[in-house]
Amino acid sequence: MVIVGEQINTSRKSIAEAVEKRDASYIVKIAREQAEAGAHYIDVNAGTFLERETECLCWLVETVQGELDLPLCLDSPNPRALAQAVKCHKGEPIINSISLEAERFQALLPVVTSQPCRVVALCMAEMSMPTTVEDRVQVGGELVSRLTDAGIPLEKVYVDPLIQPISVDTGMGLAALGAIAGIMSDFPGVNTICGLSNISFGLPARRLINRNFLSLCLSHGLSAVILDPTDKQLMATLMAVEMLLNRDEYCDRFITAYQSGRISDG
Amino acid sequence: MSDLKPLIEAVIKGDIKLAAEEARRALDSGNSAQDILDKGLIAAMDEVGVRFSKGLLFVPQMLRSAKTMQECMKLLESLFQEGDITTKGKVVIGTVKGDLHDIGKNLVSMMMEGAGFSMTDLGVDVSPERFVQKVQEIEPDIVAMSALLSTTMPSMRMTTEALKQAGVRGKVKIMIGGAPVTDKYAKEIGADCYAPDAGSAVTKAKELLGVS
Repeated sequence: MVIVGEQINTSRKSIAEAVEKRDASYIVKIAREQAEAGAHYIDVNAGTFLERETECLCWLVETVQGELDLPLCLDSPNPRALAQAVKCHKGEPIINSISLEAERFQALLPVVTSQPCRVVALCMAEMSMPTTVEDRVQVGGELVSRLTDAGIPLEKVYVDPLIQPISVDTGMGLAALGAIAGIMSDFPGVNTICGLSNISFGLPARRLINRNFLSLCLSHGLSAVILDPTDKQLMATLMAVEMLLNRDEYCDRFITAYQSGRISDG
Repeated sequence: MSDLKPLIEAVIKGDIKLAAEEARRALDSGNSAQDILDKGLIAAMDEVGVRFSKGLLFVPQMLRSAKTMQECMKLLESLFQEGDITTKGKVVIGTVKGDLHDIGKNLVSMMMEGAGFSMTDLGVDVSPERFVQKVQEIEPDIVAMSALLSTTMPSMRMTTEALKQAGVRGKVKIMIGGAPVTDKYAKEIGADCYAPDAGSAVTKAKELLGVS
């Protein structure tokens, strides 16, 4: 299971302030906390800086990688910001994300093929948002084909089924789960990834919803997830479910986490 | 004439069957359709919006109340003459060019309709030209724009500029919203206001037009 830590996002006030003040020590602290909690990648997003997004994103990349030997997940809908951030990045990043929207696809394809990287393929069609399982599987499949045709290895493609809120349509949980299962079975070896929080938009007790949704996603084959790894209950859910799905030999990681006090039964 | 409180309660609860019964009872006991609309249905939706903004009600409950209101309107519609229903104001709403996200925009549109605004929804990926053309065609009081991506927020500025160029900026108020949008950005591009959610969109729109 690939874990991407989502905490360095300028839509969070404390992060925006740290980026504004170029407070490197705060950013490194947040990155380190996530790494210690189990993140394999640190997501960096500076979208709220608009015109200054590119410089801020590059500063985040250099700041985090200056102190931590970890790859990052470069997170922006803006192809120009991603193109620059990739150049600042050491190692193999996850580029988050490409979609079938024509302008975005064309602008990003040269970026994701010009150097080794992993890429999130968001199930957005050219002119519309998918609603059904079939829509998602079709758009996801089209993205997988186009990216692999361009030379990206299948196992470096992370399809994001596009999570929409169940508060607006109670079928959206099943739509996402069906898409995860469908994409994983259509393309053995491909990855699926998603964020969790969209599912609970407009509802109370969101963390409770998010962690239960995570366990359902895992049981449908999700292989990577963007979350807050410092959320102990969420990470405990992840570990317990992975073990239940036979992805934890001798229950080793679960037991180790328990013995080191990272998870408890209550 | 009967008390409209039970109708208001039924709409807030989102009980379609009960609300329809109450609306019929209100009509039978001599309330005018206009009163049932203004003092019953719209009053109820105003309360729903307020409770939603305070975090006391949640999106599914808001949707249910709106659906309840729509069902009640079906009973009343035939009683209004064409163009008879008074509106709080005409609003053209859409998600801006390059952006396909419609959930937030739909919630805002629904709540504004529930509050008594007459809504023209242009959908998603709406170009500045289409906004301008619609504004010239129906002369709304408000243009409401939504964007969910930081990359499509500049379309809000472009649309505001296009309305200026077309000489209609002075005739409409502009309100904007969406996850990455801020009050600061609204000021920066010369919009009249920013609304953080569907409930406050109603309040802000009323403030802009000076209606209650």
